[in-house]
Amino acid sequence: MRPFAYRRPADARAAVEAALDAPRAMYLGGGTNLVDLMRLGVAEPDLLVDVAGLPYDTIRETGDGGLEIGGAVRNSDLAAHPAVRRDRPMLAQALLSAASGQIRNAATVAGNLLQRTRCAYFQDVSKPCNKRIPGSGCPAIEGDHYNLAILGHSAHCVATHPSDMAVALTAFGAAVHVEGPGGRREIGMPGLHRLPGDRPEVDTVLDPGDLITGLTVRPLPFAARSRYRKVRERASFAFALVSVAAALDVEDGTVRDCRVALGGVAHAPWRAERLEEALRGRPATEGSYAEAADAELDLAEPLRDNAYKIPLARKVIVRTLAELGG
Amino acid sequence: MELGAPLDRVEGWDKVAGRARYSGEQRVAGVCHAVAVQAEIAHGEVLAVDATAARAVPGVIDVLAYGDAPALADTSDFELAVLQSPRVAYRGQIVAAVVAETLEIARHAQRLVRVTYDELGHDVELTPDHPGLYRPEKISPDDPPDTGEGEETPAEVSVDVTYETPAFHNNPMEPHATLAVWEGDHLTLYDSTQGAAAQRDALAALLGMPAERVRVVAHHVGGGFGSKGVPPRPNSVLAALCARRVGRPVKLAVTRQQMFSITGYRTPTFQRMRIGASKDGRIADIEHHVIEQTSTAREFAEQSGVVTRMMYAARARRTTHRLARLDVPVNSWMRAPGECPGMYALESAMDELAEACGIDPVELRIRNEPERDPDSGNPFSSRRLVECLRLGAERFGWSSRPEPGTRREGRHLVGMGVAAATYPAAARPAQALARVADDGSFTVSIAAADIGTGARTALTQIAADALGVPVARVRVEIGDSALPYGPLAGGSMGNASWGWAVLRACEGLRDGIARYGGAEPGLECRADTSGEIKNQEAYARHSFGAQFAEVRVDVDSGEIRVPRMLGVFAAGRVMNARLARSQFVGGMVMGLGMALTEESRMDREFGDYLNHDLAQYHVPVNADVLGIDAIWLDDPDPHANPLGGKGIGEIGIVGAAAAIGNAVHNATGHRFRRLPISPPSVIPHLP
Ligand SMILES: Cc1cc2nc3c(=O)[nH]c(=O)nc-3n(C[C@H](O)[C@H](O)[C@H](O)COP(=O)(O)OP(=O)(O)OC[C@H]3O[C@@H](n4cnc5c(N)ncnc54)[C@H](O)[C@@H]3O)c2cc1C
Ligand code: SF4
Repeated sequence: MRPFAYRRPADARAAVEAALDAPRAMYLGGGTNLVDLMRLGVAEPDLLVDVAGLPYDTIRETGDGGLEIGGAVRNSDLAAHPAVRRDRPMLAQALLSAASGQIRNAATVAGNLLQRTRCAYFQDVSKPCNKRIPGSGCPAIEGDHYNLAILGHSAHCVATHPSDMAVALTAFGAAVHVEGPGGRREIGMPGLHRLPGDRPEVDTVLDPGDLITGLTVRPLPFAARSRYRKVRERASFAFALVSVAAALDVEDGTVRDCRVALGGVAHAPWRAERLEEALRGRPATEGSYAEAADAELDLAEPLRDNAYKIPLARKVIVRTLAELGG
Repeated sequence: MELGAPLDRVEGWDKVAGRARYSGEQRVAGVCHAVAVQAEIAHGEVLAVDATAARAVPGVIDVLAYGDAPALADTSDFELAVLQSPRVAYRGQIVAAVVAETLEIARHAQRLVRVTYDELGHDVELTPDHPGLYRPEKISPDDPPDTGEGEETPAEVSVDVTYETPAFHNNPMEPHATLAVWEGDHLTLYDSTQGAAAQRDALAALLGMPAERVRVVAHHVGGGFGSKGVPPRPNSVLAALCARRVGRPVKLAVTRQQMFSITGYRTPTFQRMRIGASKDGRIADIEHHVIEQTSTAREFAEQSGVVTRMMYAARARRTTHRLARLDVPVNSWMRAPGECPGMYALESAMDELAEACGIDPVELRIRNEPERDPDSGNPFSSRRLVECLRLGAERFGWSSRPEPGTRREGRHLVGMGVAAATYPAAARPAQALARVADDGSFTVSIAAADIGTGARTALTQIAADALGVPVARVRVEIGDSALPYGPLAGGSMGNASWGWAVLRACEGLRDGIARYGGAEPGLECRADTSGEIKNQEAYARHSFGAQFAEVRVDVDSGEIRVPRMLGVFAAGRVMNARLARSQFVGGMVMGLGMALTEESRMDREFGDYLNHDLAQYHVPVNADVLGIDAIWLDDPDPHANPLGGKGIGEIGIVGAAAAIGNAVHNATGHRFRRLPISPPSVIPHLP
């Protein structure tokens, strides 16, 4: 591991200023991803600004039924919060389906959103990777990509975003609060994570020095009927092959509204907007769910070894919606 | 507590309290740390190693590479001739090492070492028709690669199928670690090894030293599964070289990622099975053709076909082994080498035969039970496979097994599978010393290894039983090559080999005490079992077992879960019920991983195993291990050895993957012939 400096500022402003002090400064949350990447030589910060102890570590219910979630809230605490379990089961389920109990206890909400891809080439500094070294090439396209993207990828990168939580937040359309060198702003989800295009080294729309201080999840009453379904070959402690976050609002056998996002399929948590559009106003039947799923998955461009994700996603979308539709 | 009782591990408290020191935790003054630099090509030569930047890092003591590393006396085994030649035989091979004051400095400097290569093309992919396939002179441990007995006859029913297994990595919990300490011309290695004495002998030969000047200590070892067996792994050699070079004790801990290239793994296989039988399921001809890989660095020919030589009563039996020599890391032992992949193929093919004949798979095996070992013609010392199958079938509720692809419970297809298991039962010569200590208690010494199996505890029970004293009065010393010679923990022979010597030493001491008229401190007895073992009668000695599995296949996702497994074993006398159960169950869990989640994926472009950590190489986790149970027959085998035990370390994995695969077939109606069976392959075959 390359030597680095370590600072623990007292508040968000001080953190942002501290991060401006060094050319390769990085924020440190629970460290469950960043420290691994430092050991592997993938991340080589010269300064770690520890933000896991900053005071934005609470969950607050707003008067209108929304939630304000601090960026330093631990994944376990968010999953256990009554307003999450009761009103937003897909978020609680997504959180609990991720990693292990130990990791969730350490991991922060902000760090979870910004965790990096699990593409094996990205994590091995002895190999090329456009995301790690721009222009060095993408060996995954010809090589091992059975668990990489089928949607929105480019000739430069076919990685997936690994977070489960982010998939549920994308379905909710959460807003991310950012404190940056130029002040504060809000970024809606989807919208935080980018597709790779010709700049796969850039995961998100954040600028250098931007600090995530929290999230707003606006009220979505019908999300009390929501689910997160994650597929993986072992029962726990594995990233998704495909996952689905879905909330469904059915009245008199007709879909009034719905929210669907997919994980394990793209460089960003994938909001299934075409699916949602195709489903609104349709009868709540397996036939409609399947047609809607196809509307989304028609966009898919599988690689040599990951075409299985298309029927897998389709089946799991249909099943999840059918279970919610009653 | 009597022999067989579920005594807690004698070092259990030391382990949970952190007092038990593993090799990498040993403390010596003046220690420094070495980190290996690994080849980034799969085939070629090192042109130059530029360590300028690494050496400039404060705290770096030295950098070793070919050309300036201390010379080894014996370089005949390329894998162990560390830094002795510029040749690169596989990606990940050790090409240099950094020694520094701290591990962090060493790891930082390691990345600054620049190695340039003359790269040659590589060939890392095993295919069933690889042009370089050849017949090895022998297969492990020392058997003919091909056998052929009896005349083929036209069959009423035949099965001709090929199974494919990927590479698997052993992944013991404790990565390999070595602390090398030179004192004058004496070397002490604290080393995570399955055999201190064998490790000493091998290291002494490599270094050109008499064995008396080398000592290997391995008090506690956190699992091995064959990866810490013989020959040694190159990391131990490197630690010794580094320590000699810098004149200080050197600690070298292999990282999890490095374990995927330098500490061994199980070869991928293609196994063609041909079985011809009569309509009533009696096998006339059986053929098992094995294709595997080996490394150009060292040959290892896994004996996957041997099970078909002895398992069933076929008139004609034919087995072949062919290898492709590839630019890949050196494969070697992994839990039940040979039997594990071989029985996956044989027992899956038996299931296919049962289906083709319309006979229950349990009954099919019973019908083909041989009277004598078909291979050697010798009688079996004992063979209670049929009892295992019958008892298991009854306990498991086998009679409720559905027709293939017919049982549906909600969103799941449910099925059951069975497979037989077998593993050879042998013993190697060993020596032991039993003596009366100053306080009147007993000390028994032998260079045995406890790699997490509980061997120390079982030997304590054997000694106490033989001496006729409570276990609390016996202390067993193991894990040190300075103790009386003990063979390594491997081939499920450890307990039989060491236990036999311990038994004889303790019997002798008991006689001595009786003759002397009391347990006088200093009385001792030394035993050596080589004579007895040489004169053993001609029997075919094997353990047997039956594995049952129930699977649930999710019709939407293709996810497979295993709510129940049952293993029934006839594995000789059990010395400690608690330890035996955990060996059996542990083996079955490993078989579960083999069936459903584990796979080392070769990267064709770069030539290494890509998914080289436990986040990517998926061993089963607790949530995968639901109702796994193991039971055994009371089965002391007097022809095996005087203790009647047959070894239990490996048989638990044998057949487990086949039972699960057969259950998946029963659930879905589709036959998957490539492991692991996971959603990507299952999805296309769901209703
Ligand atoms: C073995 C293993 C299995 C896992 N399995 C899963 C899984 O199945 N599903 C899943 O979703 N996740 C999984 N994870 C990943 C885990 O969820 C993430 O590691 C974790 O959420 C990251 O949070 P952290 O606080 O530890 O982030 P860190 O590791 O501290 O940081 C991650 C990134 O975020 C940046 N960062 C941190 N805080 C801020 C901030 N406030 N503002 C701006 N940038 C910030 C850091 O600079 C860094 O780039 C797994 C991890 C491991 C090790
Ligand atoms: S898919 Fe992306 S992360 Fe993976 S190797 Fe290609 S560029 Fe790198």
